Amino acid sequence: MSILTIEGLTVALPAGADRPHAIEDVSLTVERGEILCVVGESGSGKSITANAVMGLLPKSLPLRAGRLILDGIDLRAQPPEAMRKLRGSRMAMIFQEPMTALNPLMRVGDQIGEALAVHGAPDRGRVQELLAAVNLPDPVSIARSHPFRLSGGQRQRVMIAMALALEPALLIADEPTTALDVTTQMQILRLIREIQQRRGTGVLFITHDFGVVAEIADRVAVMQHGRIVEHGTAREVLDRPQHPYTRALIRAVPGFPKGGGVARAQGRDVLRVQGLEKTYHRGGWFSAGKMLRAVHDADFSLTRGETLGLVGESGSGKSTLARCVVRLVTPEKGEIYFDGADLRPLSRAAMKPFRRRVQMIFQDPYASLNPRRKVGEIIAEGPITHGTPRAEALERARDLLAIVRLDPGAMDRYPHEFSGGQRQRIGIARALAMKPELLIADEPVSALDVSVQAEVLALLAEIREREKLTMLFITHDLRVAAQVCDRIAVMQRGAIVEQGPVGQVFANPAHPYTQQLLDSIPGRAWTPPDLGEAA
Amino acid sequence: MDPSRLPAFLLRRGIKAAIVILAIIVSNFFLIHAAPGDPASVMAGQSGAADERYLAQLRTQFGLDKPLLEQLWIYVRGMLALDLGYSHRQQMGVAALIWQRLPPTLLLTGVAFALAISGGVTLGALAARRVGTWADSVITVIALTFYATPIFWVGLMLVLLFSVVLGWLPSFGMNSVGADLHGIAAVLDVGRHLILPALTLGLFYVAVYARLTRATMLEVADQDFVKTARAKGVPEGRILRRHVLRNALLPVITLAGIQAGQLIGGSILVETVFAWPGIGRLAFEALLARDYPVLLGVFFCTSAMVVIFNLFTDLLYAMVDPRVEVQG
Amino acid sequence: MTEFWIRFARNRGAVVGLVILVLVAAMAVLAPVLFPRSPWDMAGAPFMPPGEMGMLLGSDSLGRDVAAGIAHGARISLMVGAVSTVASLGIGVSLGAIAGYAGGWVDDALMRFTEFFQTIPSFILAVLLVAIFSPSITSIVGAIAIVSWPPVARVVRAEFLSLRGREFVQAAECLGKSRLAIIIGDILPNALSPIVVLASLMVASAILLESALSFLGLGDPNLMTWGFLIGSGRSVIRLAWWMSVFPGVAIFLTVLALNLVGEGLSDALNPRLARGRA
Repeated sequence: MSILTIEGLTVALPAGADRPHAIEDVSLTVERGEILCVVGESGSGKSITANAVMGLLPKSLPLRAGRLILDGIDLRAQPPEAMRKLRGSRMAMIFQEPMTALNPLMRVGDQIGEALAVHGAPDRGRVQELLAAVNLPDPVSIARSHPFRLSGGQRQRVMIAMALALEPALLIADEPTTALDVTTQMQILRLIREIQQRRGTGVLFITHDFGVVAEIADRVAVMQHGRIVEHGTAREVLDRPQHPYTRALIRAVPGFPKGGGVARAQGRDVLRVQGLEKTYHRGGWFSAGKMLRAVHDADFSLTRGETLGLVGESGSGKSTLARCVVRLVTPEKGEIYFDGADLRPLSRAAMKPFRRRVQMIFQDPYASLNPRRKVGEIIAEGPITHGTPRAEALERARDLLAIVRLDPGAMDRYPHEFSGGQRQRIGIARALAMKPELLIADEPVSALDVSVQAEVLALLAEIREREKLTMLFITHDLRVAAQVCDRIAVMQRGAIVEQGPVGQVFANPAHPYTQQLLDSIPGRAWTPPDLGEAA
Repeated sequence: MDPSRLPAFLLRRGIKAAIVILAIIVSNFFLIHAAPGDPASVMAGQSGAADERYLAQLRTQFGLDKPLLEQLWIYVRGMLALDLGYSHRQQMGVAALIWQRLPPTLLLTGVAFALAISGGVTLGALAARRVGTWADSVITVIALTFYATPIFWVGLMLVLLFSVVLGWLPSFGMNSVGADLHGIAAVLDVGRHLILPALTLGLFYVAVYARLTRATMLEVADQDFVKTARAKGVPEGRILRRHVLRNALLPVITLAGIQAGQLIGGSILVETVFAWPGIGRLAFEALLARDYPVLLGVFFCTSAMVVIFNLFTDLLYAMVDPRVEVQG
Repeated sequence: MTEFWIRFARNRGAVVGLVILVLVAAMAVLAPVLFPRSPWDMAGAPFMPPGEMGMLLGSDSLGRDVAAGIAHGARISLMVGAVSTVASLGIGVSLGAIAGYAGGWVDDALMRFTEFFQTIPSFILAVLLVAIFSPSITSIVGAIAIVSWPPVARVVRAEFLSLRGREFVQAAECLGKSRLAIIIGDILPNALSPIVVLASLMVASAILLESALSFLGLGDPNLMTWGFLIGSGRSVIRLAWWMSVFPGVAIFLTVLALNLVGEGLSDALNPRLARGRA
């Protein structure tokens, strides 16, 4: 018998939403000891399905129809108190954001203890046993710690330990690794797999990432606009997708470099960074404070027309390094030679002429455009600042909108009227308006859904080709780096530990950290099938 | 917070408090000098008999013919030795005057504060728990009403209702005049006199804390860790107490610290309305007589009280929130 | 703009507040027409209860018309509230903007300064300032401004600090815009909503402060104010309750209206929050 059976589940959306139902006629089963991945982009209803099972839907999203059977128990027939008793004991859930999912004022051990206590199973020894079971070092001291002392990965382990406290039959994991770095993500995925195999737990795993699916799933269900459009075994769905939507999603997953890769355009250096150092001090007037060496030992250079990928995990200093180049951050030491001139010591005024020539694209499409300004103004603002007559700059902005494939009507609209992908195009147009020689792209696609990601990357490639741009591309996603870059530089704790042509770094990583990063790419063993161009 | 860090924490906060007190002394000094006219006459109390000999004595005492910086030094030294000046009108040292009037004020503000915190948090929690119901609406309207009403007017209206119309409670003073009471009877008598002033001073802050508690509880209830608690099967009542309320109290503690000064300031008005014999009433009397040394003394003393109170709230916050030591 | 009004009007309390506020403002403007004689002049016998001798709200101990006093007092209350708010916004916004944009030690120093002003009992400081500089409309407005700017500085600083790190501001830096252009063109417009909301609440607290000062006898001796009316009625409350009750109601309604309007503005300017509440 299945651990979980969902039949014809329908959840309504509040009036005024873009569709009547958040999810409609969703049917799934999770068997004992298997991992079912539910994949979909944002807004597909995958999280709502998970919350419906747990009985955690907000009042604004009422359950309209369908059956939910957990291990023979009809969940919809249970009164609230019976549901509460089932939560945490027979079914448990872990969430996306480990940083906010634990009560900041309660010790970790007490929070796990609470999960036991509310179901009448008090046991101090059990808490440490659980912490050890999720491979946390020194369970005794971890149990006594408050959440802020733990890293994101450690907190997610605590969440898993808490979920497993009463050995539930079903574990629901809602994007549990999305907020984590790749290496941590891999550890958590392995942990979930290991625990699930050891205890025979059924796992409902929600994700947007086909790499993660390839890594962990036994079976897969693909959701779009609140409906399941395709389901089957992992191999079937990943290698022989049938539904057009699934095919489009898989087509959007970047593959790995095939050959050795040839370094492009051997021209002269556009950018050469040497001996750069940036250190942050923290602390008040009365405390000694802490020091963080954000960037050190990070020399690199860029030849004309080349794209260098700066890859690393969060906190590796890659963004700080990029911001040093555009002087959003002022480094203490070193030289930043752009076209022969050192940018580091320049005053605000002396830097201004170089601003035209070096431009930046930002990560968050929702934060990178001034919400109070019209799109046309946003794009034309740079040239106007540098003395281009207003009418001419606005005319050029219109052309640029066409280049980034947006309607010219966008000129007089505000950023909030556009989707994430469209906003990112506006950001690109703003940078292009300056006719830059060097473009710095800071995680330009990491906030976007896969299909949108692919479109923006294609646009960037096209523009780079046509404008002969040199590009510094910052990303945490090795798949993306492999697709976009000619060379990559791997950063760890403020230093570049390895750099070279993409193919070479991927095929023969020299540094152990690069090796570890590559091993942590989820679904490394899976090569997306060649599905040709979109039909 | 880790108890072993407590001494260092207290030392840091103590130094900070000392700097604030020093800054208050310095601003007192500059206020005297910024006032129109002769600083000596300010220190003598403007409407005090313009006794030339007394003024001359003040000039030598405070070195008023010396450079400003030296005068400042003399002044600061005096204040640090708790010499708050002399009230020519009352023929008494300001420090002694304030000392005499301090206990009634501490009693009044203490009771009002306790009322404000307990009443405010209870009402706010209640409203948040019943959000959207009639109970929430009633509490919200009451809180808004007291938030918008001048404190001295609330006092007058309570007097009108409970003393003039109903005749239940005394409307002024701290003890019944002429009644020679001892022991329990005396305590009860003070208690009866305390009810209206404490209520007046407390009601405004009940409103403040109720509004804040309601808002932060609703905010905390939306946070991820509350969902975690729900997902592990914690009963709603326990979620509210252990997870929501505890986190929602942090901003309440912060605000209580910030508003301590307002509460003590409000006691001037309440003590004036109820003729409560504390330093607020003293300040009002000094104001009528333009007895500046006393006014400045009250300002210094109440500021120092706030600084000390803030030290306590800082400590309390640090005990509740483990993250404090990291933020320094 | 119409969208703003729709959102504002959805909060019924805010609409009520706006109506009250308009009525109070009308009363202030029309005071010389409604009560052409000086509010200090005797209009009838002393201690007349409301309704007697053509005085709607009664008369005081010198036979002055309480209603006339309230109408003329509205002018002073609204004026003091508005002017002192503008002045403290001036101090608070500039200090907060500098602290938030500059960061580092400038921020540290300015915030310590602000904290200091927030620690000292503001009402007592206001009393002291008005007493030392002798009561006049200027010293009252000045004293209120000096004690009310710290919350503005804190809010503006927090907004600036968070906006300065926002990517659209970094993008503006990358375009080579000047500091002033960034502060005025990019940061300030996005920090405006909380400032507007705060301003409406500050007018309310300035009115309360002014009435408290007048109540203690620190009002401008030439101007009729609500606080003065309550203060003069205090000692005769057993004899003439109307002298204290009606001016207090006027203060209450005005302050309440401003608070309601503030909440409405907050809903209208932060649509996301308002939706969450509904």
